[in-house]
Amino acid sequence: MKYVDEFRDREKARVLLREIESLVASMPVSPEKPLHIMEVCGGHTHSIFRYGLEGMLPKEIELIHGPGCPVCVLPMGRVDDCVAIAERRNVIFTTFGDAMRVPGSRKSLLQAKADGADVRMVYSPMDALALARKNPDRDVVFFGLGFETTMPSTALTILAAERDGIENFSVFCNHITIVPTIKAILDSPDLQLDGFLGPGHVSMVIGTAPYEFIANFYRKPMVVAGFEPLDILQSIWMVLRQIKEGRAEIENQYARIVPAGGNAAALEAVSRVYELREFFEWRGLGSIDHSGVKLRDAYARFDAERLYAIPNVKIADPQSCQCGEVLKGVIKPWQCKVFGTACTPERPLGALMVSSEGACAAYYQYGGLRAGAA
Amino acid sequence: MNISPTIHARTLGKVNVPTVTLAHGGGGKAMKDLIDDVFVAAFDNPSLAPLEDQARFDLAALARHGDRLAFTTDSFVVDPLIFPGGDIGSLAVCGTVNDLAVGGAIPLYLSCAVIIEEGVTIDLLRRIARSMAETAKLACVQIVTGDTKVVHKGACDKLFITTTGIGVIREGLNLGQHRAQPGDAILVNGQLGDHGAAILAARGDMALETAIESDCAPLHDLVARLLAAAPGTRFLRDATRGGVATVLNEVAAASQIAIEIDEQRTPIREDVKAFCEILGLDPLYLANEGKLVAVVPQEEADAALFAMRAHPLGTGAAIIGRVHAGEAGRVTMRTVFGGRRIVDMLVGEQLPRIC
Repeated sequence: MKYVDEFRDREKARVLLREIESLVASMPVSPEKPLHIMEVCGGHTHSIFRYGLEGMLPKEIELIHGPGCPVCVLPMGRVDDCVAIAERRNVIFTTFGDAMRVPGSRKSLLQAKADGADVRMVYSPMDALALARKNPDRDVVFFGLGFETTMPSTALTILAAERDGIENFSVFCNHITIVPTIKAILDSPDLQLDGFLGPGHVSMVIGTAPYEFIANFYRKPMVVAGFEPLDILQSIWMVLRQIKEGRAEIENQYARIVPAGGNAAALEAVSRVYELREFFEWRGLGSIDHSGVKLRDAYARFDAERLYAIPNVKIADPQSCQCGEVLKGVIKPWQCKVFGTACTPERPLGALMVSSEGACAAYYQYGGLRAGAA
Repeated sequence: MNISPTIHARTLGKVNVPTVTLAHGGGGKAMKDLIDDVFVAAFDNPSLAPLEDQARFDLAALARHGDRLAFTTDSFVVDPLIFPGGDIGSLAVCGTVNDLAVGGAIPLYLSCAVIIEEGVTIDLLRRIARSMAETAKLACVQIVTGDTKVVHKGACDKLFITTTGIGVIREGLNLGQHRAQPGDAILVNGQLGDHGAAILAARGDMALETAIESDCAPLHDLVARLLAAAPGTRFLRDATRGGVATVLNEVAAASQIAIEIDEQRTPIREDVKAFCEILGLDPLYLANEGKLVAVVPQEEADAALFAMRAHPLGTGAAIIGRVHAGEAGRVTMRTVFGGRRIVDMLVGEQLPRIC
């Protein structure tokens, strides 16, 4: 497959791995005291497991699977709100596929659908808007979910709905923003990170400038990385080189997609439609200031949060859950007390077991090879 | 075989309305007309013609094929009813024929039970019945008994079909999922995931235009050739729902062995790969309707491969992996990139990833 196979080339991987090994050999690290590199984005986590990258890397490098899976960090209370909206008589509730299985305190959207709610899987908010056009007598609600990657498409859909005067479409906005979350992780006292792989798709929208504080203030290197396995290996190599040379910079490995300034049209739509929330609740991480967005007053008529009375109850994460510690790299997924026992992909207790991009689910599904050997 | 003297003595009813109504399920003349005109006309064969409440077989004739009966059933609820490469009718015949064939049975007879939602057009029913008849002919089976029910609008989605099949297993043949042994080769008869991708694309809700067609096909003849070339074959299974990954996990668990497959040797069409890339799906879990997994002793692996490749339904056959004595029940894959990962059972339905 063109533009894909080139980035999965086994021979090039060997060359890169040799480079990585020789860099690591020249650094004061050991398998007992490894370097901790966090991939922020769930898409990276998925690729790392999909291609078995962890097992290919030298044991002196440990990858920490970060908070960048929007499905995983969705708090239970918000899922309950989704279910409450979906169960309203006239509503067609539309959502991305992998949000269907996230457990709420009573049920997931998949269960709500089985109980009779009209929940439909869509691939784009535009599909939800098309449904609204096709069903003028129904209220179509789109579950806006994801980081800056999916934020612009929801914003553009709202703008399209406004332009076309569509009255029966609204968005339940749960979009979140990555930078405050990285900051929260960096501020955590038990932090053990030596560098970051920056999120590729988020950066395609916001550019690389918003990360500068990571290098300038926290003195940690970050390389914005693509999602193919060679992208990830090259980005790890770039992080290692920075560490080795004592640099802390924001570098861009994914320049074929990510312009330094981001996507102006997308950013324009985002700032027109949304404003920052004071705080937003994350599964596993708790409340983080300015980490979510909501619709501006000008778009109130498209805001499901204002149109429907939602329970908006905060549901605490289960006590036994150690998602927060896994996210911050304090423990590995299989070191969690409930991993694979009380918490499995069939019955996820914690956020990270929910989506295939979550670190725990990925370990459960694809991993375990290295974990089992350790 | 019982050829009843009543054959063709009865005049067949005719349907004169465009759509199915609840009257067609009422047990009266309308129902008889529907059965005669749509199903009996299409399935025309000596066992069905007498329209008794049951098909009757001569045991001695069955026993000439082998020493054990194979008996299986499957329901088909596919949406859309007609898709590139097939329809619910061809699927309903192939599915049950293949379930018999992978047990080493010669498929002989099928039943066909249909549940029809009122409002379905007679033309659609005719088309599906014709498709079943044509596929049955290809698969060398007869549809010998059946049932129709009509339900209220909304009580089912247009049309559901259940087929049950009887076949006979040749003496001395004993395939089983517990029989895989370290060293055995894992084969498939062609590109994986076509059916699942074709159905997802045909639903049309993701506006992706593809030329992917379902691989829906009866595998009885391919299986016969394979078993002739590799008589020591341990196990066969058609990789339907859950795909090849699920079959491999089942055999690994039942045989208490480990399996490693090689991504580079696993045949998947470029367009299916691209389709999966876009939607975040894994082709190893996509359904097939004309693909099987074969576990064959190492020394017969090449013979099995050549036999399959010589068959029109096996031109893309490949040896994709090996059985080994690792952790019992574990299936792993050597990735194209050179890494290794676990290929587990799927938890629920495969859902597209958000980004």
